[in-house]
Amino acid sequence: MQAKIGEIIEASTGEFMAQCYELHQPPPFGSLVKTREGEIEIYGVVCDAATTSIEPGRHPIARGREEVEEEDIFRSSPQLAKLLRTDFTALVVGHREGEEDEKLHHYLPPRPARIHSFVYVCDAEEVEKFSQSFDFLSILVAAKGQADELIAASLRHAAQAQPDPRHFLVTAGKKLAVLLGAEPNRLNTILRRIRR
Amino acid sequence: MSESLHNENKGENEKRLGLVVSGSLSRGVEVKLDSATSVEDIGVGRYVTIEGDKGRFLGMITDIALDAIDSRLMINPPEVSDPFIAEVVAGTSTFGRVHVQPQLTLSGDALSLLEGPQQVKTVPAHFSVVKEASEQDVEWVFGRVEEKQFWIGTPLDMEIKVRLNPTEFVKRSNGVFGKSGTGKTFLARLLLIGIIQENAAANLVFDMHSEYGWEGTSEEGRKVKGLKQLFPSKVAVFALDEESARRRKVSTDFVVEVGYDEIEPEDIEMLGETLNLTEAAAQATYRLARHFGERQWLECFLALEGREELNELAKALGEHEATMAALRRRLEALRRLRFLVPHARDNAIQRILEYLDRGTNVVLEFGRYDDITAYVLVANLLTRRIHAQYREKVERAMGEEIAKPKPLAITIEEAHKFLNPAIANQTIFGTIAREMRKYNVTLLVIDQRPSGIDEEVMSQMGTKITCLLDNERDIESVLTGVPGKSELKAVLSKLETKQQALIFGHAVPMPVVVRTREYGSPQSYKELGFREAIELKKKAEEESKDLWG
Repeated sequence: MQAKIGEIIEASTGEFMAQCYELHQPPPFGSLVKTREGEIEIYGVVCDAATTSIEPGRHPIARGREEVEEEDIFRSSPQLAKLLRTDFTALVVGHREGEEDEKLHHYLPPRPARIHSFVYVCDAEEVEKFSQSFDFLSILVAAKGQADELIAASLRHAAQAQPDPRHFLVTAGKKLAVLLGAEPNRLNTILRRIRR
Repeated sequence: MSESLHNENKGENEKRLGLVVSGSLSRGVEVKLDSATSVEDIGVGRYVTIEGDKGRFLGMITDIALDAIDSRLMINPPEVSDPFIAEVVAGTSTFGRVHVQPQLTLSGDALSLLEGPQQVKTVPAHFSVVKEASEQDVEWVFGRVEEKQFWIGTPLDMEIKVRLNPTEFVKRSNGVFGKSGTGKTFLARLLLIGIIQENAAANLVFDMHSEYGWEGTSEEGRKVKGLKQLFPSKVAVFALDEESARRRKVSTDFVVEVGYDEIEPEDIEMLGETLNLTEAAAQATYRLARHFGERQWLECFLALEGREELNELAKALGEHEATMAALRRRLEALRRLRFLVPHARDNAIQRILEYLDRGTNVVLEFGRYDDITAYVLVANLLTRRIHAQYREKVERAMGEEIAKPKPLAITIEEAHKFLNPAIANQTIFGTIAREMRKYNVTLLVIDQRPSGIDEEVMSQMGTKITCLLDNERDIESVLTGVPGKSELKAVLSKLETKQQALIFGHAVPMPVVVRTREYGSPQSYKELGFREAIELKKKAEEESKDLWG
């Protein structure tokens, strides 16, 4: 059984937000995570992470003037770790129906994830399996915000799980070149971020 | 490995080039190249097969272009100095496009199985896969070359032999074109060898520069064997210039003399351009012939001495004195042609016909007289009479239901001098070219300025074999009336200067660019059936041994 890293606190069809069990330990930007909705396994790419106060109205204040090391702050005020939280958001990029059915779908699931579902980080084997098709790129291309950064990060991340990372990136690049046919500048930006 | 990656690799193994993306039957189809195919590996004139839904198409690449998915890429090119980025954009953001002219359908229906490749009547569907044509496909189209069959060369980048059936070839008049130094003579020699090898017709070659009969020279200045050396028993060399033949150590079969009495006013009229005769002067020859008689007019006219006699004649004929004087001056040029004599000792025409009747090919070497006046005069004079005789024979054969005479192929060089629009209607060569094979006489025309040849004559030519041409008008004129003309134009103007030719028309199932077969090495002679004297002797000895023990 894989170790869970967090729990869903907000979910929609297109994305879900989870709170990390460990403060300051969100999964890396662009990495692949999964959760479950009954029989359906939902995959997401981490597209944002933030550490904030548990109460929206109360902002943390600076406490380190008298300390030598940063860790000393938490050592002298152990309650701090309980007053802060780390959340991350993942963009849903695909799903799999049923444990036995190995068929992965690189499009949105029929239902969003449930609140309080556990979230797991996918291991290399799963990443490789998931990135055999590049259909999920079209979801990333259309993402709001830092879409280009997200694409580059997820491809870099997925490449590490491949037997031939360069070949993987070239093929992904070619898919992007077609998807971003009308936006050569975006393509250039992404390619510069994934080149090896 | 991913599905898409797998597909690309598979394509590479099968030499897949790309996909059909648009097109029409009249203009051909556009093919987007796969990213694995570099435009630099593609050549114009090459064959490709297109896998349609219902059948396969064989086509020729006629144009190659670069394209991009977005025009902004041209203004702001990607960082291709980085090999990764260069690899990504190749074939996706930027890609190659080739234009393919489908020529034949290879399979599918029963008809093509029975009768071989069919002309295309439609285009392959969208996104049909385009591959390099295999040698088997191309060989199937041109036919397998059997032992002792003539072939002209090999298609580009292939090792198969392109068959040119000499029997089909000589059924129509044909042309060999190309700018000077591209190997027209070389090609024509090969074609003549093919016709002789397969005994498809008797040849009469007007050999202006003495290159076909005994021996010729290659572009590199090397000596190559002529027809007589390859086929000693099937070829006779006739010479206009015995001295030159002797100097070149050519064994001639007959020395041609032409009597003044054989020259008719028509013959002089043909020389109008080369002798710079005015229309009036040319017409005056007919009056001279009426005045002095058909067989003596030239001799009598050239024998006139002094101004008075000439003026008197002019008065008698009602001609202008200056016209007569000019005509006389121009005709004086004929005197330096030594083969012209008052009365010929032997009838050259009869001799040539005898040889041709026996199936012997005749090459008439011009020796020193390689200027256009002598060439036009002799070629016209002989051909007119030979054609008349052939015509008579064919008509008799039709009436009496006996065998027609063997087909005759007449080879002429500098054809635009005989077939230019101004005179093509009057000359015998124009007649032969137009009436085609009705009288079993066809032409093999060799020329470097096809635009100078009458359009109607060009359009009647069965098979055209053309080396590189770079003049727009020449290219235009060679391709008159050919389907897919503008596409072939691109192919034609990109031929290499040596050993490459585009063949299209009656004798080949589809246009083909060939690398012409090698000629001039001992091996090439051997392939064409030539046996060295030593070999022949050895064979004869063996045979006599077999016979006598």
